[in-house]
Amino acid sequence: MSRPADLVQGTLDLLILKMLALEPLNGWAISQRLKQCSGDVLQVSDGSLYPALHKLEQQGWIGAEWRPSENNRRAKFYSLTRAGRQQLEKEAASWQRLSDAISLVVALPES
Amino acid sequence: MGLGRWRDLLTLRLRSLFRSSTVDRELDEELQYHIERQIELNVARGMNPIEARHAALLAMGGVEQHKEVCRDQRRLRVADNMIRDTRYGLRLLKRNPIFTTVAILSLALGVGANAAIFQLIDTIQLRSLPVSEPKTLAEVRADGPEAFGTYAGLNARATYPLWQIIRAHQDAFSAMFAWGDGGFLVGHGAEARGARGLWVSGDFFPVLGISPEQGRLIGPGDDHLGCGAGSAVISHAFWQAYFGGRAAAVGSVLTVFDQPFTVVGVTPASFTGLEVGETFDIALPVCSAELYDRRFNERDRWWLTIMGRLKPDWTIARANEHLRALSPGFVDATIPTGYDSGFVEGYRRLRFGVSPAGRGVSRLRDAFATPLSLLLGLTGLVLLITCGNLATLMLARASAREREIAVRVAVGASRARLASQMLIESLLVAAGGAALAVPVALLSERALVAFLSTSANPVNLNLTADWRLVTSVGAIATVAAVLSGLLPALRVSLVHPIVAMRQAARGLTLDRHRTRFQRGLVVAQTAVSLVLIFSALLFIQTFRNLSKVKTGFEPERTMAVFFLDRTSQGLTVEQKAAFQRQLTSEIGSVPGVAAAASSTHVPLGGDIFSHFFRVTGAADNERKASRVAYVSPGYFGTLMIPIRSGRDFVDRDDARSRPVMLVNESFVRSHLQGLKPIGATIRRLEESDFPETTYEIIGVVGNTKYADLRDEDCWCDAAVPMAPIAYIPLAQNPNPYAWAPVIIRSGTASAGLASTIAQRVERLNPAIVTQLIALKTRIRERLAGERMIAWLAGVFAILAMTIVAVGLYGIIAYLAVSRKNEIAIRLSLGSRRAQIVGLVLRENVWLMAAGLAIGLPLAVAAMSGARALLFGLTPTDVPTVVGATGLLAATGLLAGALPAWRAARIRPDQALRLD
Repeated sequence: MSRPADLVQGTLDLLILKMLALEPLNGWAISQRLKQCSGDVLQVSDGSLYPALHKLEQQGWIGAEWRPSENNRRAKFYSLTRAGRQQLEKEAASWQRLSDAISLVVALPES
Repeated sequence: MGLGRWRDLLTLRLRSLFRSSTVDRELDEELQYHIERQIELNVARGMNPIEARHAALLAMGGVEQHKEVCRDQRRLRVADNMIRDTRYGLRLLKRNPIFTTVAILSLALGVGANAAIFQLIDTIQLRSLPVSEPKTLAEVRADGPEAFGTYAGLNARATYPLWQIIRAHQDAFSAMFAWGDGGFLVGHGAEARGARGLWVSGDFFPVLGISPEQGRLIGPGDDHLGCGAGSAVISHAFWQAYFGGRAAAVGSVLTVFDQPFTVVGVTPASFTGLEVGETFDIALPVCSAELYDRRFNERDRWWLTIMGRLKPDWTIARANEHLRALSPGFVDATIPTGYDSGFVEGYRRLRFGVSPAGRGVSRLRDAFATPLSLLLGLTGLVLLITCGNLATLMLARASAREREIAVRVAVGASRARLASQMLIESLLVAAGGAALAVPVALLSERALVAFLSTSANPVNLNLTADWRLVTSVGAIATVAAVLSGLLPALRVSLVHPIVAMRQAARGLTLDRHRTRFQRGLVVAQTAVSLVLIFSALLFIQTFRNLSKVKTGFEPERTMAVFFLDRTSQGLTVEQKAAFQRQLTSEIGSVPGVAAAASSTHVPLGGDIFSHFFRVTGAADNERKASRVAYVSPGYFGTLMIPIRSGRDFVDRDDARSRPVMLVNESFVRSHLQGLKPIGATIRRLEESDFPETTYEIIGVVGNTKYADLRDEDCWCDAAVPMAPIAYIPLAQNPNPYAWAPVIIRSGTASAGLASTIAQRVERLNPAIVTQLIALKTRIRERLAGERMIAWLAGVFAILAMTIVAVGLYGIIAYLAVSRKNEIAIRLSLGSRRAQIVGLVLRENVWLMAAGLAIGLPLAVAAMSGARALLFGLTPTDVPTVVGATGLLAATGLLAGALPAWRAARIRPDQALRLD
């Protein structure tokens, strides 16, 4: 198994927001789902996940709620706010621009 | 992105701030949950529980560290931003020392002055008395035609019989009391001194709800006719000053008016009487006034103020109606005897009414209400100018920083953060200004009170640096700064960075639109400054006119000697006249005294004494009023009043010879109506203590001012510069009241004269206390209010001119800089430097002209309202208009000259290169 790709700074926010756009999740579930959806490529280190979640909460892009989870234990579930949805679109768009630009450069023919 | 988001965010932030332990625990729980799920997963993958736990914890990393990071993140958001902004703001302010100094100084001066005057007005006009429930207190006043008889004290509105009858026959008040004030003589002989006294009726203290600090206070049992020398109550201040704060004061004997009173109690320190700006030392029952004036309870002695508490369901209006209706009954029962019918008619027309008294009475308020409100208006204007200036300064700076701000916005700074950073800068300036404003306010207050005090009536106001002053100063400063800082903050956050950078780079031509607000501000400042300068010039001239007004006598080296003595009560009229003559000649013989004479009236003291007369053989048979002074021979010589015709009084004109009179020219003109003055007979109408007497005029003297420097009303028709005055020999005064003051003219040196005179008088009669005051001092003190206004208006005007100059300088400089490229191009195309100066100054001239055009009508309108305060000028005085306009125009042109000169010295090659 190849080393998990180091996540580009700033894209963690985008990934979290996208995950929560699909459905409300708690922190543990976010990291699991991310691994699954990306085919095990993207593995968030637990140490960077929670600070990122809290930053997003402080900025008002995600909201949080304590609910009982699968194993009937209480967990903090995050969901996307309307502002967060707008932010997600913005970040997705700029990520698209960035990756297109990189692809363009990489696809240049070498002599 | 609406209210909902902000509300949630706010809740979140507040929770982080105040419930941080709960938030910590939640974070803990969250991380624990994660770890446990990971452990489950690991176990499901085949690890044993211990390994599973180990791996999970490893993957998580330090739990405490995470908590720390999250916690820091939360805190950073709230406090760190503010700290960073504050530090940045401080650095910015330090880098621009001129701006910072000007901003803080102007704020401090404007706010400090405002706070001081506001506190003064609050104390004099607005503050309630420190008694229980001041709102239910009301005062009984008499409105009606001019009254008569004798008036004593600063608030004499009722006589003793009126007090008795009103108290007994009214329904509006649940309880009433009466009081009067006066100077008391405390102690014996050589140790006698004056003290401020209060006469209080038995219900005074109980109704006001004042509890004694020590002992007991005067109660209903102490106030009954014939009480003689009984109980006395002293104030806290007097207890400290006279008794040294000793506990033995209560119960000791206090000599007042040479009678032994027993001190029964001390009032609390917070109670200083019912007159704002005055204190009292000793309170005696009303009935003890008999010892001071045997005729205290007669129907023509006015010395009491009647107050009380209205019943719960009685309004002021209703009580007013009630007393008005009862007035005829009151006056009929108390008609004074021994008065001419004209007086009696006047008395019958008296009507009583009720007015609120929760704020006490105040001579200060009545005398200085208008000037103080005017001052508040002026300082408000100065504050407005200051705010305008601050706004202009901050706008100019914001424009200068447009590039920097544009860059920051482009790199991702949120507009809200930028705006809040500028706001913090303004708050820093506000803090600096407020801190400096407090000492400015305190100093201004002391200066104001010093202006208002005179030696005779020192003003006693409780002006301390209490929290109210600090709060009001802080509030005004903050509002001023925030308002001035808000504008640039808003503008900044609205400008798109690209637009800003494009415009900042160009500087090619003048963009009038962008500087519209700034220019509007400067015009407004100029207009307001014109109002201030105009009013200052008017008030300064008023003061000069009043100081120079012809008084009709010579006040140089003239002094008045006043006597305090109560032992003269038992003497006959002849004995009093004889001793008065002795006093006068004794003082006249003191070396250094060139001339001495006595008179019941000392000029320009504000007191008025008058009689009513009928002129025999006059065309109309109306009774005329005239001011009166009883004088001894040599009076006119002492004051250097010219005798126009006839002769002065001589010693032969005494009680046994025929009654004679000297009148001034104004009397001749307004009352004699063409009759020849010398030999004319004047009949003085009967008044209590003054029987009807017919006088012969034996001379005419020059006009003098009587009570006031301003025009006096003569009770004839309009105000005249000098009122009619009738002079009667002192020896022919049928009712001499204690010892008449002696007026002296001294030789060259007057040092030590006071003590010599005091010694000589003491030799004659040890019971008399003397007080000397120079007439020039008295005159100066009468002008206290005018001097204060002239001085302060002048200071404000200079302040305003400085601020306008600075503002104009700023904007002209800014405009010149933004047209830098245009000027450079013009210069390289061949314009002369003088033309460039003219170009820049054109802007200046337009701004000034607009400001002056708006300000002039405003100034005249404002001063028309204060017409009554002026003297010798009208509000439309043309020289003053020209002067004020010229002064401001010159200041403005000078302010614009420097940037214009600098603009002309631009080097085209350098200017165009730097882009």
